[in-house]
Amino acid sequence: MSELTLTVMRLGFLAVLWLFVIVAVQVIRSDLFGTRVTQRGSRREANRPQQAARQTAPPPQRQQAAPSGGGRQRRGAPTKLVVSEGTLTGTTVALQGQTITLGRAHDSTIVLDDDYASSRHARIYPDRDGQWIVEDLGSTNGTYLDRSRLTTPTPVPLGAPIRIGKTVIELRK
Amino acid sequence: MSSSTNTPTHHTSTIGSIGTPSRRNTELALLVFAVVIPVFAYANVGLAIDDQVPSGLLGYGLGLGLLAGVAHLVVRKFAPYADPLLLPLATLLNGLGLVVIWRLDQSKLLQSVNQAGNAAPRQLMYTALAIALFVVVLIFLKDHRVLQRYTYISMVGALVLLLLPLVPGLGADITYGAKIWISVAGFSIQPGEFAKIVLAVFFAGYLMVKRDALALASRRFMGLYLPRGRDLGPILVVWAISILILVFETDLGTSLLFFGMFIIMLYVATERTSWIVFGLLMSAAGAVGVASFEPHVQTRVQAWLDPMHEYMLSQAGVKDGVVHSEQAMQALWAFGSGGTLGTGLGQGHSELIKFAANSDFILATFGEELGLAGIMAILLIYGLIVERGIRTALAARDPFGKLLAVGLSGAFGLQVFVVAGGVMGLIPLTGMTMPFLASGGSSVIANWALIAILIRISDTARRPAPAPAPNPDAEMTQVVRP
Repeated sequence: MSELTLTVMRLGFLAVLWLFVIVAVQVIRSDLFGTRVTQRGSRREANRPQQAARQTAPPPQRQQAAPSGGGRQRRGAPTKLVVSEGTLTGTTVALQGQTITLGRAHDSTIVLDDDYASSRHARIYPDRDGQWIVEDLGSTNGTYLDRSRLTTPTPVPLGAPIRIGKTVIELRK
Repeated sequence: MSSSTNTPTHHTSTIGSIGTPSRRNTELALLVFAVVIPVFAYANVGLAIDDQVPSGLLGYGLGLGLLAGVAHLVVRKFAPYADPLLLPLATLLNGLGLVVIWRLDQSKLLQSVNQAGNAAPRQLMYTALAIALFVVVLIFLKDHRVLQRYTYISMVGALVLLLLPLVPGLGADITYGAKIWISVAGFSIQPGEFAKIVLAVFFAGYLMVKRDALALASRRFMGLYLPRGRDLGPILVVWAISILILVFETDLGTSLLFFGMFIIMLYVATERTSWIVFGLLMSAAGAVGVASFEPHVQTRVQAWLDPMHEYMLSQAGVKDGVVHSEQAMQALWAFGSGGTLGTGLGQGHSELIKFAANSDFILATFGEELGLAGIMAILLIYGLIVERGIRTALAARDPFGKLLAVGLSGAFGLQVFVVAGGVMGLIPLTGMTMPFLASGGSSVIANWALIAILIRISDTARRPAPAPAPNPDAEMTQVVRP
């Protein structure tokens, strides 16, 4: 066997061995589970459709997410929910067709640390046309859209403040 | 973009909880990779030695692939949420070990010295046995917490396993310094390898019960937390036992492994740094004490401090009552001649390490033929196994599982450190085997069982939590008074 072939095999083997290590480390990277925190700079990343599959909403709502989660975006539709007042100020959640629940309960999408919020306070979900709807879930202190207290599920205009206790959230593009 | 202009200027982050997908397909892909690499290595060795692709390539590849496939299917069925990396990493190491053992079998010189030459088929058979045990553990150990019931039985079992080599008639005659083998029906078994797992079960069960007493009931003295005497008892007992092993079986590695594992688990259970200080002091005292009067240990230390001198003594055939070891120097030469990129598989001269070339010193062959780059990759793979074990411990929900995972992965890591450090001259040489790589039935079987237990714990840990019970709204929502 020629010297050249053996040298190529030697270096090739080391390369393959290291490739395996790198792939394994990549698996670890993608395997970190728990809470995903994305910094604001990487907004484009938050829109990747694969991430929609990883979002855990409670099971019945996950089924809702499936049909509309395919990356279908209407023009002018909001892409994220931003907390603009309260203890969670600055938090954003990417809107990907999944239902967002708000409340003090630990399994809410956004867990509010707010004495004036109920455990299951409100939810925000897209209807069939992709219009985002906010619905009060029978909370103690009510949910306010702009200044009016919600009584029925109501479509949310872009940028309109939704007030829950001391927390204010809004939908943004 | 109209509304994004009034975005608050302080930090903005997106929070989303991510589920735990089962990751079985990732595992399968990595497993295929982990089988292809050794097959590549096998072909490489054949081409380098005989100028042809070895005839056993197909059978060997199929054998390893079949074993890996069976293991994967069992994990898929019985531990669907298990960690995706443990199985491929272990498979890769085992496959590489098989290749290098086969490569050493081909060496004419070693064949004449050890009258061996068929270590690779035997190792493949042991691997099959090990995978069988792996499958049995995964199928029958439905929940690792069952092991908690056998805390004290494990203690007795581990002590019996450790003492077996000292039983007259059972202890094998092949005393290459350390009495750690027993021979049963023609096979020599190293009970210490199995004792490692059993002892981890005992430590986990014991510390889970006692950790509060160990952590909280202590006096502060010079910045260290001193435990009460009665809590200190067990650690002293374990220390004494590990010293006794060192004295009677002259097995430095095993005693270091057990004591180190206990200290690691004690630290994890109590979060007290003082245990580490104590542990280091006690093991140092024990090692120095034993080394000062045990000639076998003394030789090892001598060979570590001045390998060249020992080599010369050994070559000169000096007979002064102790065996002078030439291996330490030979191993260093092997690493040195490998350089950065190695000589290439099958093209080194590791057969010059005559004794234990394919067991304790197999890492020297890797170092010569794959070079620093290859050794780094292999050590990283070991590191990744330990990392996955610790990660499993972090994710585990029950304290027993946490401690057991830490103990097992800590013992695995310590063993790698003790062997690799010994071969590379960082610490004195000890008679332990490199997990998965080295030739030896007990080692490969015990380590596959260890991986099986880790996979079981990680399956339990990563399984999605059951839906939380309806929140009884413990803290009442305050009502806004208009």
